[in-house]
Amino acid sequence: MKEFIEGSFAVAEIVKLCKPGVISAYPITPQTHIVEELAQMVSDGKLNAQFVNVESEHSAASVVLGAVAAGVRAYTATSSQGLFYMAEVVFNIAGLRLPLVLTCANRAISAPINIWNDQQDSVSLRDAGWIQLYAEDVQEAVDLHLIGYRISEDKSMMLPVMVCMDGFILTHGIETVDIPTQEQVDKFLPAYRPLYKLDPQDPITIGPLVDPDAYMETRFAIQKTLDEALGLIPKVTAEFSKVFGRNYNGLIEEYRVKDAERVIVAMGSVCGTVKEVVDELRAKGKKVGLLKVTSYRPFPAQVIYEALKNTPKVAVLDRALSLGSYAPLAVEIKAAFFGKKKKPEVISSFVVGLGGRDITKDSIKEVLRLLTAKEKSCEFIDLKPELLKESYE
Amino acid sequence: MNKHLFNVGHTACAGCGQSLAARLVIDASGPNTIVVNNTGCLEVFSTKYPESAWEVPWIHSLFENAAAVASGVEAALKYLGKKDGINVIAQGGDGGTADIGLQALSGMLERGHDILYVCYDNEAYMNTGAQRSGLTPFSSNTSTSPIGTQSIGNIRPKKPMPEIVLAHGIPYVATASVGFVQDLQRKVKKAHSIKGPKYIQIHVPCPLGWRHESARTIEIGKLAVETGLYPLIEYEFGKLLAVRQIQPKPVEEYLKAQGRFKHLLNNPDAIKQIQDIADSNILKYNLKAQPSQTSSSRQANE
Repeated sequence: MKEFIEGSFAVAEIVKLCKPGVISAYPITPQTHIVEELAQMVSDGKLNAQFVNVESEHSAASVVLGAVAAGVRAYTATSSQGLFYMAEVVFNIAGLRLPLVLTCANRAISAPINIWNDQQDSVSLRDAGWIQLYAEDVQEAVDLHLIGYRISEDKSMMLPVMVCMDGFILTHGIETVDIPTQEQVDKFLPAYRPLYKLDPQDPITIGPLVDPDAYMETRFAIQKTLDEALGLIPKVTAEFSKVFGRNYNGLIEEYRVKDAERVIVAMGSVCGTVKEVVDELRAKGKKVGLLKVTSYRPFPAQVIYEALKNTPKVAVLDRALSLGSYAPLAVEIKAAFFGKKKKPEVISSFVVGLGGRDITKDSIKEVLRLLTAKEKSCEFIDLKPELLKESYE
Repeated sequence: MNKHLFNVGHTACAGCGQSLAARLVIDASGPNTIVVNNTGCLEVFSTKYPESAWEVPWIHSLFENAAAVASGVEAALKYLGKKDGINVIAQGGDGGTADIGLQALSGMLERGHDILYVCYDNEAYMNTGAQRSGLTPFSSNTSTSPIGTQSIGNIRPKKPMPEIVLAHGIPYVATASVGFVQDLQRKVKKAHSIKGPKYIQIHVPCPLGWRHESARTIEIGKLAVETGLYPLIEYEFGKLLAVRQIQPKPVEEYLKAQGRFKHLLNNPDAIKQIQDIADSNILKYNLKAQPSQTSSSRQANE
């Protein structure tokens, strides 16, 4: 049913429909509305779940870890410092091969403290062994949660999924969203059946000490599984499309890319703005396009190569940095073409929208203006020169 | 043959107090128990892949989160309607409990989860080579509170963990010692019979870290209790229910058996300070047996 609804509440609705038995979270802006709404649903008897109010994000992640290990579907959500505080557990959940969906309401990292949106938090945890999916709008965020549980709990995966949605822009934005029915969700997402669980009838040891004789194989196994996820994700989204009628590739989305001379690559809500600019410029006869990366982990390098191998100029937008090096998404886009015969003449890298700085249509047009034959690396857009004049003499 | 739920063949050191205590705890708990273990010696020596000493479902996640993982296990069992009849134990060493894991433990206690938390107190970070923890006793010579020309070892007394957990208003708090086996197992069984969060802190001598002969673990465990340095106490619903009464022995008897205190033996001032700690425990908990009471324990209800 279509509802005009805030992003956080829409996510809470879909999480409820996925029937987690245990929910645990610690408050952090801009994640709070999601878990507040879920807590209300539990209080009102509309959601049969144990809601565990913990004393930290570290414990929130640990509680859901324990719940999944005991055989129950679980859910948590966080942002920014909260994600970093649970980072140790985030890696641990993947290492233990426990399926889970976590919402990251993307927010900048301190210092300076800043509650607004960029993607430094989840991007920094790209090496944790999770599947990371980035939503463009609230509808996609809702759908990725449902798709996320399906992928995560697939017997060939048994890995956690992080659904990343831009803080405030999507969490607090109000959109018309199609919330599926319980029957539809139940049909698409069967009850969680763990491969292994903590059960006195069949005692097993989970999380033993693994020495050099076997540790490397555990990491290889995750790497291989994430590689296989590149095949599973489009399969699941195709099935999703059959039930719900919305089409996602799950790995990337190509928007007017086919004949484009210039393509912008981006993740998250900024893709909506880029699409508007693309449409405006296309109306004026300019051949521009957007390649949206939905799956940042696993990184669909081959699919991106196929999509952009004939594009002359590519601009990559990053809402995060690897301070002291290149912008993270740009590095991987470039790597996708390394050593290939067919590749863009130019892949320029732009840093946009850190700490909630608005990315306007003008920002996107500025990126396109700077996308020339001269390749740019980590070019900051919308910097304020007047704030950079301080002298230390 | 007695079937244990914690098998032989693990790789603990000879005379390890923790391995014995862990076996006593799980045997007293029974097979319908799920164990959540912090990182530490016990996890390392009992689960080196592909072997495991555990005959019950057992999980290890990280150093400081056993209390939180156990909270999730308990919440899942509640959701499944299976909590009644299954004991959940969270356990770790003194560092994983009183230092890095204190926040998670406090959260678990405050939220009222039906879990028994067991702290195996060997009074330092033994898994990494005997570094000082919040439960290291006064003047102990550890690798990060070493003796030197300016130091007689650890300058602080033990963090009062039983009082800290008691302040959470939980229904059961006890200390135990691997030197008093029946008392330890009785306390574990009693804890499981009470709903809500329970805490038992077990004193477990560590031959390697304390530098004592491995055959003397039980004897040294007993001496800690009998000198008044490790009072065995039991609180139910906030009330002190029982203490193990003693005919107090001088603390030197306990100190002289261990390399970690060897430097004190010609330092009467330091020994006096340690004797003061014991005397203050004896007074506080009324540990001294009356001449007529030669039996070693006073139980309110037994």
